[in-house]
Amino acid sequence: MYTDLVLDHFTNPRNVGEIEEADGVGEVGNPVCGDVTRISIAVGEGDVITDVKFKTFGCGAAVATSSMLTEMVVGKSLREAADVSNVAVAEALGGLPPKKMHCSNLAADALQAAIRDYLLRSGREAEIDEILASPPKAPEPSSH
Amino acid sequence: MKPVYFDHAATTPVDPRVFEAMTPFFCERFGNPSEPHRLGREARSAVDEARARVAALLGAGENEIVFTAGGTEADNLALFGSLARLQPGHLVVSAVEHPAVMEAARALNGRGWDVDYVPVDGDGVVDREAYRAAFRDDTRLVSVMTANNVVGTVQPVAELARIAHQKGALFHTDAVQAVGSLPVDVDELGVDMLSLSGHKLHGPKGVGALYVRRGTRLQPLLHGGGQERRLRSGTENVPGIVGLGVAMTLACEAMPEVRPRLERLRDRLVAGVLARVPEVILLGHPTDRLPGNAAFAVRYVEGESLLLRLDARGFTVSSGSACAAGSDEPSPVVQALGVRPEDAHGSLRVSLGRENTEEEVDAFLDALPPIVDELRRMSPLYAKR
Repeated sequence: MYTDLVLDHFTNPRNVGEIEEADGVGEVGNPVCGDVTRISIAVGEGDVITDVKFKTFGCGAAVATSSMLTEMVVGKSLREAADVSNVAVAEALGGLPPKKMHCSNLAADALQAAIRDYLLRSGREAEIDEILASPPKAPEPSSH
Repeated sequence: MKPVYFDHAATTPVDPRVFEAMTPFFCERFGNPSEPHRLGREARSAVDEARARVAALLGAGENEIVFTAGGTEADNLALFGSLARLQPGHLVVSAVEHPAVMEAARALNGRGWDVDYVPVDGDGVVDREAYRAAFRDDTRLVSVMTANNVVGTVQPVAELARIAHQKGALFHTDAVQAVGSLPVDVDELGVDMLSLSGHKLHGPKGVGALYVRRGTRLQPLLHGGGQERRLRSGTENVPGIVGLGVAMTLACEAMPEVRPRLERLRDRLVAGVLARVPEVILLGHPTDRLPGNAAFAVRYVEGESLLLRLDARGFTVSSGSACAAGSDEPSPVVQALGVRPEDAHGSLRVSLGRENTEEEVDAFLDALPPIVDELRRMSPLYAKR
């Protein structure tokens, strides 16, 4: 059901942890629903993400998408990183089983929350809507 | 170390002796048991012999055994077969039934039957008071499993069946997990119907049986050539039925040796996990449980992640987590025990079988703690606990 790349990211997740004195932190999900992802970012010159770390409580797909996302957004500007959609992360992993698509939403959502947090902290509230122009999401099952 | 199979509650490897007994019935002795010619008679006598074996091992009569395509069909035949012929009334099931009973009950509910789901206590045992209180004048059937597939708890079936009969209801039990692991005698249990399955006891998949006490009126689910005393039409799965008969014989013969050995291994595993991994909850009854079942909720980790990590290390286990089952909700059975949903997501089931060894259990006990540690370090919940 999982591709080799998903299993690789699950078994050897990249960028696990938490950045000390991060510039932005985002946490989404709910333990009752079985998945929580926390992403912390460091932002450098020109709004470039210089470091990103994640912690995830969740299934194989949730861990693998978190790991893949962190690899995809390091070195990108906030705007570029915010454009990385859940669907793009799933595609980069070679696809996810249909039942697992909703598990893949957390990672990009957590990153968006971290970017929002960074913008709020640096007094750039006015730019939030522009930078976080919402990328397409995987369909959510109605009961979730 | 070669891979370790710890998922016997899901399915078991076919015993080579079972496979050998089945083999001739595919290409050589392939006759249709309904035909009077030699090939047909051979197949008929093989089916009859299997029926005699299954009946004797359950303490039943030969004409009380209906072969089915598995446990799910047996459960559906019990519920629909006994109720579909009646005016809709009331049905009682436990809150921890297998989906084969649960979903059949829901379907009957859709056809006008009222269904009560009797709660269980923290160990997974049916709450006697709630059970007694559930009965109504029009309660026609009760279905409570003999032993639970997720947490292993054994139910006081004999007592529950006696109460059902006092109230004038039939009693069915899904004994799919119990048959072959624990002594099961239909008269000692006092049940009217009992489901069992081949592949849980080192027999083949695709075959099971429903015990139907003489005098219990059933309507078939499948209509056709009238096989199995008209209760299950369709040409008999001769190799499967032969395999079920042999598998059940072997399992019951081995039980006096296997059962205490599995209980020792299970207790060693449970004690080891609880001692070596902090914040783990044992699920199910501490002693009244299946010999091979050890079930846990590992807090702050998600069950599918745990399953996949263990799998990568060569240990095949199961999880009742939502994501492992491909649903949104963690195991309803684990939640029925009163475990919080966030903890139920970390459910881990280790089900031992007769080929497992102490070395395998000890290797598992060495492998588990670092995996849990690693997942907890990755878990945003653990830091905040």
